[in-house]
Amino acid sequence: MRNTVKIIIFVIFFFVISVFYISLNRETNYNTSSLINKEVPQFKIAYFDKNGSFTKQDLINNNYTLINFWASWCGPCRVEHPVLMKLSAENNLDILGVNFKDKKELARKFLKDLGNPYNFLLKDFEGKQSVIFGIYGIPESIIINNENTIIKKFVGPLSIDDYKEIKEIIK
Amino acid sequence: MKLKIFLVFFMFYTQSLFGIEKIIDPNTIHKNLRCLVCQGQSISDSNSDFAQTIKLVVKDLINEGKTEDEIYSFMSDKYGEWIVFKPQLNAQNSLLWILPYIALIFGGFFIFTLVKKRQ
Repeated sequence: MRNTVKIIIFVIFFFVISVFYISLNRETNYNTSSLINKEVPQFKIAYFDKNGSFTKQDLINNNYTLINFWASWCGPCRVEHPVLMKLSAENNLDILGVNFKDKKELARKFLKDLGNPYNFLLKDFEGKQSVIFGIYGIPESIIINNENTIIKKFVGPLSIDDYKEIKEIIK
Repeated sequence: MKLKIFLVFFMFYTQSLFGIEKIIDPNTIHKNLRCLVCQGQSISDSNSDFAQTIKLVVKDLINEGKTEDEIYSFMSDKYGEWIVFKPQLNAQNSLLWILPYIALIFGGFFIFTLVKKRQ
């Protein structure tokens, strides 16, 4: 009987240690793996400067599309802007800019000062559309192929390394 | 008279059972959703920009007639299962759900045999 008790205590101890070990080593931060290789969800985002909305169906004619969520009040968006300007020179990539929780005049000034890399400019002033793409902060960018599949999501400002990676993807 | 009272009660209860639609409390959902940009806070506790947006989306989904489970499923689909405080039962976490019952059964059996032996 004593041996049984010892075994049970050992099993419980081993179990508790295992749970702690697994939990402490597990990645608990938000990651984008659940979105990759999935089809782009249905969306309908209003155009920034004209009436009407851009939908998933409008993506069909494009080749690769980079959806970039940005705002004039966002510091890191300024940091990544030169990268977006460089990417705008690529022929087989359309850049879709979604202006996020911003003021129209400030957004216009931002693009006037730094340049407009976007083929399509959309607005999401309440931020609700961003949830469809799993956005939790800006800047964030999503690259999708011509089959409307999400290839990669970039959380944070696009760097020169990201630029190289995107060029490699769209090659 | 008894029949009348019975009918009044019968009507009252059937109305309360079938007449009123189940109302979803958004705050219950907010409490079960993790604020991804906060330290250990739920959407309900947080006033962050992200929490405000999620609250708006939850409101929209409720208005669209989505159930509580459908809303959790939508959020998990977009942000991963990490966003939901209460994990859903699946193959990966089945042990987490089953283990307390196994422990209860084995514990009960262990105590039972221990008591029986002492007697």
